[in-house]
Amino acid sequence: MGQSLFHKVWDAHAVRTLPSGQTQLFIGLHLIHEVTSPQAFDMLRERGLTIAYPERTFATVDHIVPTSDVARPFADEMAEDMMVAIEENAQQFGLSFFGLDDERQGIVHVIGPELGLTQPGMTIACGDSHTSTHGAYGAIAFGIGTSQVRDVLATQCLAMDPLKVRRIEVSGTLGDGVYAKDVILNVIRNLGVKGGTGYAYEYAGSAIEAMDMEARMSVCNMSIEGGARAGYVNPDQTTYDYLQGRTYAPSGEAFDRAVSWWRSMASDADADYDDVYHLDGSALEPTVTWGITPGQALFVSEKVPALTDLPDDERDVAAEAYDYMDLKPGRAISGMPIDVAFVGSCTNSRISDLREAARVVEGHKVADGVKALVVPGSKSVLKTAESEGLHHIFEDAGFEWRGAGCSMCLAMNPDKLQGREVCASSSNRNFKGRQGSPTGRTLLMSPAMVAAAAIAGEVIDVRAM
Amino acid sequence: MNSSVIQHVEGRAIPVRGNDIDTDRIIPARYLRAITFDGLGEHAFEDDRKSNPDHPFDNPRYQGASILIANDNFGCGSSREHAPQALMRWGICAIVGESFAEIFLGNCTAMGVPCLTASTADIVKIQDAIEADPQREMAVDLKEKKMTFGDIEVNLQIAEGNRLQLIEGAWDATGMLLEGRGAVREVADKLPYVTGF
Repeated sequence: MGQSLFHKVWDAHAVRTLPSGQTQLFIGLHLIHEVTSPQAFDMLRERGLTIAYPERTFATVDHIVPTSDVARPFADEMAEDMMVAIEENAQQFGLSFFGLDDERQGIVHVIGPELGLTQPGMTIACGDSHTSTHGAYGAIAFGIGTSQVRDVLATQCLAMDPLKVRRIEVSGTLGDGVYAKDVILNVIRNLGVKGGTGYAYEYAGSAIEAMDMEARMSVCNMSIEGGARAGYVNPDQTTYDYLQGRTYAPSGEAFDRAVSWWRSMASDADADYDDVYHLDGSALEPTVTWGITPGQALFVSEKVPALTDLPDDERDVAAEAYDYMDLKPGRAISGMPIDVAFVGSCTNSRISDLREAARVVEGHKVADGVKALVVPGSKSVLKTAESEGLHHIFEDAGFEWRGAGCSMCLAMNPDKLQGREVCASSSNRNFKGRQGSPTGRTLLMSPAMVAAAAIAGEVIDVRAM
Repeated sequence: MNSSVIQHVEGRAIPVRGNDIDTDRIIPARYLRAITFDGLGEHAFEDDRKSNPDHPFDNPRYQGASILIANDNFGCGSSREHAPQALMRWGICAIVGESFAEIFLGNCTAMGVPCLTASTADIVKIQDAIEADPQREMAVDLKEKKMTFGDIEVNLQIAEGNRLQLIEGAWDATGMLLEGRGAVREVADKLPYVTGF
C-alpha cells in the first residue's frame, strides 16, 4: 500500500515522539503577520529565548493595513502600535520583513506562493487559520495560535497529533461561470462545517487537476471552513510551471532536482485514505451562502431551505440564520438586494480573480446605491492588474480600486460594513458580525458573482450576464 | 508537583448554548487591534451580549463561573488565540462541549485550559441542570475523564496526548520542544529544501 502526500511530508518532518505521545514536527516555513505575533515575541523576551531558525520565518503586514491611505502614522493608533511592533520585532530578531514600503507586501497567503516561498513537500505554519491555502502547492500547512507561533519561533517545531486524510475527488468539468469557490462551498455544504475535524483534505480529480494554481489556492483556503485544518493538492506540472522563476524557488539545475523531489512527495497511486468523498464538478452551479456559516450555501437557482429540509443537528443554526439574515425559508436567493460588493481576501484576490471580475464588469455600471470595491491581494497583483488596465475597467464601472490588504474580509482596518448592510463578498466567512458591523450580513460567492451582483444590485446568476 | 499540572478543575459552571459558535463571536476582530492580550476578558462575546441581554456572560447567576459548557463545533473559524485568552481572562479555566474546532482546542491546550467532550445528551442534561442550580459546584477530573455535578456523573473524552500534557504539566510545549534541538537539526539537514536542492 502506498502513502499519501500528507504522510510522506509528516514522516520527513517528524523529529521525535514526545512524552505526551504527540509528534515533534519540524516546520519548514513560518509566516507571520502583525496581529498574532506581537504577544509571541513578548513571550520570547520574557523567557530570554532567541529564534532557532530566523532564516525560515518571513513577516508581512496585511490584516490592519488601510487600503486607501497608508500614510504613517495610521489614523488608528492601535493599528499604528501593531505596525511598529512588527517592524521592531523583525529588526530585533533579524527576520525578513515585507513592510508597507516593500514591493513584496501583501496578504500573507498571497505573497508566500507569489514569491516562491511556498513549495511542495514543506510543512508550513502561520498564525492564521487560512494557512491551509498553501496546501495548493502540495505543502502541509497549518493555522496556529500565538502560543504556537512562540513555539515555532523558539524551536522551529510544533507538538502535534497526525491527521487522518480524506481524499475529495471532484470529477467532471466545471461549467461556464462555475469556479473553485463554488467547488469548495459545495464541499463544505455537503460535508458540513465540522466534517473535516481531525482530517487533512486531499483535493483531487479532473476538476481539480484542470485548475490553475490560483484556483487551487481558493479551494485549499477554505478547508478550515469545513473544519479541516489542512487541505492540499498533489503537485503536478501546473505546480512546477508556476514555481519556476519565482524569487525564492530554486533555479537552473537545482530546479530540476527540486522537481524530482517534489514529484516523489506526491501521493502514491495506491495510497491508503481514511475516507474518500466524491463530488460531480459538472453538476455544480454558481453558489451563494444564505446564512451565518459557510456551510449554509445554495446554488443560485435554489431557495432558502425550510427547517424540515435540514438534518436535525442543523436546524438550530438555520433558525438563527433566518433571524439574523432576515430571510424566510422558501425565498429564492437570486434577487436578494445587496448594499456592498467586495472583491478581495486571501480566498479570491489574485490576478485570475480580478480578471474574471473585470470580464463581468466591463461595459457596465455598478447599481445605484451599491458601494463596490476591489482589493488586490498583494502589491504584485495590483501592479499586474494595472499593467493590464483592469483598474480602469473597475473604476469606469464605479468600483473603488484599493491598495493591497485583507480589507473587508475581517474588519480590522477601516473597511467595514455599516448597520444591517448586505455584502456580496468573495471572502471566506459569513459569520455574524464578521465584516465589522455586529448586524452586518455577508453572502459568500465567487468574484465573478460578486461583480454581477454589484451591477445588478442584487444576487444574480453570473451566467445570465 | 509542578504548578502547571492540571488534574482537576472545580468551580461553578456557565452554559453557553448554540452550535458553531465561532471565534469572531467569542472575541470580535476589533479587539485584536492590540499588541497584548490584556483586557480581553471584558469583551468576551461582546456582540452576542449586546444583541441578547440574557446572555449567560451577563447573567448575575453565572458570575464567577469557571467551567464553560458549550455545544457542537465550539471555537470554529479564525485561529485567533485572543478567543481563548478572552475566555480565560473572563475567568474560564476549563471547557466541556459536544465538540471543538481543532485550532481553538490546540490554543486552549497550549494555554493550559483543558477542553473535553461529552455526548450531546450528556451536555444538554448538564446545561439544564446548571440552569436549574447555577450555584452548585462542578468538578472536572482529567485523570478519570469524568465530570460530576450534584448526582450527575458524565464520562468525558479528550485526546490522550492533550490529557497527558495537562495532567503532567507539560502543556506549555516550548521547553519540551527545545530539548529536541539536536534531533531537529538532524531532520532539517535531511530536507533538500533546507540544505539546498
